[in-house]
Amino acid sequence: MDMLINPTVVELSRLQFALTALYHFLFVPLTLGLSFLLATMESVYVITGKPIYKEMTQFWGKLFAINFALGVATGLTMEFEFGTNWSMYSHFVGDIFGTPLAIEGLMAFFMESTFVGVMFFGWDRISAKAHLVVTYLVALGSNLSALWILIANGFMQDPRGGTFDPNTMRLEFSSFVQLIFNEDAQAKFVHTSIAGFVTGSMFVMGISAFYLLTNKRKDIALRSFRIAAVFGVISTIGVVTLGDALGFIDAKAQPMKVAAMEAIWNTDYNTASAPWNLIAFPDKAAGKNLFEIGIPYVLTPLLTHSEDTVIPGIHQLVDEAKPKVVSGIKAMIALKEYNHDHSNVQALATFKQYQADMGYGFLAMQYAPDQDLKKVDASNLASVVDKTAHETVPNVWVEFWAFRIMVAFGFIMLAIFAFAAYFSLKNEIEKHPLLLKVALWSIPLPWFACEFGWITAENGRQPWTVYNMLPTFVSASSHSVGYMIFSLIGFVLLYSSFIAAEMYLMFKYARLGPQSSHHGHDNAPAGGGMAGQPAFAKPSLAKK
Amino acid sequence: MDLYIGLKVLWWVLLGVLLMGLAIMVGMDMGVGTLLRFVGKNDGERRQALNVVGPHWDGNQVWFILGGGAIFAAWPTLYATSFSVFYIVMILLLFSMILRPVAFEYRSKVAASKWRESWDWVFLVSGFLPMFIYGAAIGNILEGVGFHFGWDGQYYQTESFIWYLLNPFAILSGLLAVSMSVYQGGAMLMLRGTDPIASRARNYASTAGIIAIVLFIIGGFMISGMTGYTLISGDPGMPANAVSGQVVHAVSGAWLDNYAAHPILWIIPLLAIAGMLLGALMLRANKPILGWWLGAVAWIGILGTVAASMFPFLMPSSENLNQSLTIWNASGSRYNLIWMTIFTAIFVPTILAYTTWCFRVMRGKVNPPNPADDHAY
Repeated sequence: MDMLINPTVVELSRLQFALTALYHFLFVPLTLGLSFLLATMESVYVITGKPIYKEMTQFWGKLFAINFALGVATGLTMEFEFGTNWSMYSHFVGDIFGTPLAIEGLMAFFMESTFVGVMFFGWDRISAKAHLVVTYLVALGSNLSALWILIANGFMQDPRGGTFDPNTMRLEFSSFVQLIFNEDAQAKFVHTSIAGFVTGSMFVMGISAFYLLTNKRKDIALRSFRIAAVFGVISTIGVVTLGDALGFIDAKAQPMKVAAMEAIWNTDYNTASAPWNLIAFPDKAAGKNLFEIGIPYVLTPLLTHSEDTVIPGIHQLVDEAKPKVVSGIKAMIALKEYNHDHSNVQALATFKQYQADMGYGFLAMQYAPDQDLKKVDASNLASVVDKTAHETVPNVWVEFWAFRIMVAFGFIMLAIFAFAAYFSLKNEIEKHPLLLKVALWSIPLPWFACEFGWITAENGRQPWTVYNMLPTFVSASSHSVGYMIFSLIGFVLLYSSFIAAEMYLMFKYARLGPQSSHHGHDNAPAGGGMAGQPAFAKPSLAKK
Repeated sequence: MDLYIGLKVLWWVLLGVLLMGLAIMVGMDMGVGTLLRFVGKNDGERRQALNVVGPHWDGNQVWFILGGGAIFAAWPTLYATSFSVFYIVMILLLFSMILRPVAFEYRSKVAASKWRESWDWVFLVSGFLPMFIYGAAIGNILEGVGFHFGWDGQYYQTESFIWYLLNPFAILSGLLAVSMSVYQGGAMLMLRGTDPIASRARNYASTAGIIAIVLFIIGGFMISGMTGYTLISGDPGMPANAVSGQVVHAVSGAWLDNYAAHPILWIIPLLAIAGMLLGALMLRANKPILGWWLGAVAWIGILGTVAASMFPFLMPSSENLNQSLTIWNASGSRYNLIWMTIFTAIFVPTILAYTTWCFRVMRGKVNPPNPADDHAY
């Protein structure tokens, strides 16, 4: 006597996860990128011995710390939410999905969090070289952490390395190699961590632009601006390249996501001339675009890197799903029978026959009378199959526009970084106040791009938590609506006050500028050293 | 012995090690948070107290995160079920765990006394509440938890969260965990702090140690009369399926069966009592290093006592006895446990090595910080 799944609880669980994940990712990219920028600045300090680079590292390190705390705090939520809110998911994939999370803790998170204490507090306790190694370990740790998390996420997008076992009712881990060399995971890791470098660069460049505009600590601002601009150009090119690779991989592994991203409703068999939609107003209910402007000859080479690969449209993919739903229903009925009596070899054999489509059977549950697939009969089969097949289409409007906003912001940032790097390397950046203002006001852009990137990736995976295997609808915990409202209100209150405190402190310390509590020389000439100390002085590392 | 059974037992031991590491290291930081308002009478003293654990709380907190990850991977069904069944309690735990890092990072960044006072209250709540919940959860698990599984492995729960927070044994277990964390945090404050913080910490910590002994002994008597669980049949090598495959009986006093069968196990609770008693004496005698380690021994003894009486249960179900989670039916697959073991064998020694290095680098007494010091909390 299983209880019915309450769709409201599923929707509230989705909302909570989406909010907490997007919120967590406000802090992660800056940690990923700024940590390597800090390591770069400190490397210059150790190589040249110029104390100004130490001062720079410490100043940006302070802003890093404000951000790091919230990244750690909100990451904890993610680690727990699978268990607290997605029990069926955790049970179903924990054997393979939990492993990269555990390895992330062992290999990366421990390293990052342990060394970050020495990084902040150990300046006077270890040699400059040892401190540099510590800073690099923090940067390496945070990026390795992203690697394992994205391996886990890659599994949700393109499940490889697990085999369903009807005796344990879960995916059993079967290939470590397939899990970690999942193409989606690899491309997404590089794409995501470089997106963090873009974020770090824009952050440092924008705040440095502010100091240049307000004549504050130009010595630090000019140097930081240049490092960030150059870092930014390289990173943005990297993000775009890997984004393209990711689209290419998705076109094979998740055709429905790609069709929704590009708002392609009908398969265009004139592959060479198929248009790429620059603007479209997709309408899922009508099954078409109400309005579209396309650029011919772009779509096929863009997505498939070829001239003649057919890109299936949404309607065709829905039709292809229908027979899978029919066999999926058979698989799930047989699986349930087998689970009630493990000696039922007949049921096991039937299940094995249709096992490949079991996810579609799971998906059909929400349209079966009383969520019971056994009650699907000749009278309602056609309608259940039709509804389930249409359920495989994600929200096309969100998918199409989230993707386009991300890409547009990427290219806008590339242009800004390119101009900034050019003028900065020519030592002319101060002659271009407009560019400095643009750099300052562009600080939020990478965050928007990152968030819309995640919306593209995760909205496009719907209705599945594990692509083609486990629907979101059956993944959630069997909570009451009251429980969900309690936690949701708590998260909203807590997270809103955190972001208020974080923004307040960030603005406060960014406005104050480097070491302003000790030094009163806001208008120090560019290229100058620390107060009362010539620029060529060796750094003093005497123990206190 | 079959490799799979061996791996299950190994990961049961490692689960225990994780819970112990978490209790000792995170518990210490939580104890400092709980004591903050009491050992530090002014802002300078409180900053000094925070800086005692300042360089390490972040690394210690990873025990908690690693605990979550390791349970997810090695005990997926336990992770899915326990985190969901204790939902409201877990969410409260989570809220206080995410408030704490923010409190550390933000408290001293603004000078206003109202701002700092507010964060000091946050430290109190986010130190006390997680440890209370940690203890109460273990207490509840000993009492049996109201849940059962559907055919597909989804859990269904029948008891309200109010029961999980407010029943006598859970409250006792929660207070025991809080006392131990106050003990451990106080010992650290003595070790790295200076007077007057150190001497105040000594009073609180040694008192907490004595309270812990009393609570532990009362708890022992309560367990002896409590309904325990016995595994009547169930193949240790079975595939991880909690829906069927076991027969479990509930018998009053059954949690002492393992001790009756193997009297040598009585060493474990005695170790706990000895650790707490000698530890409290050592703290009184101003020997905080020895006191800290004896506190760690006491934690190992306390959690070891629970583990020894529950073996092979992880989380018994009071509602559907046969669906109780045990070491045999709730683990990861053989393949998964092999990989997890490999990674643990490589990285745990590495972690211990660099954690030791970091503690060495940052060792020594912490003095009250210069108000303008940017590198302190």
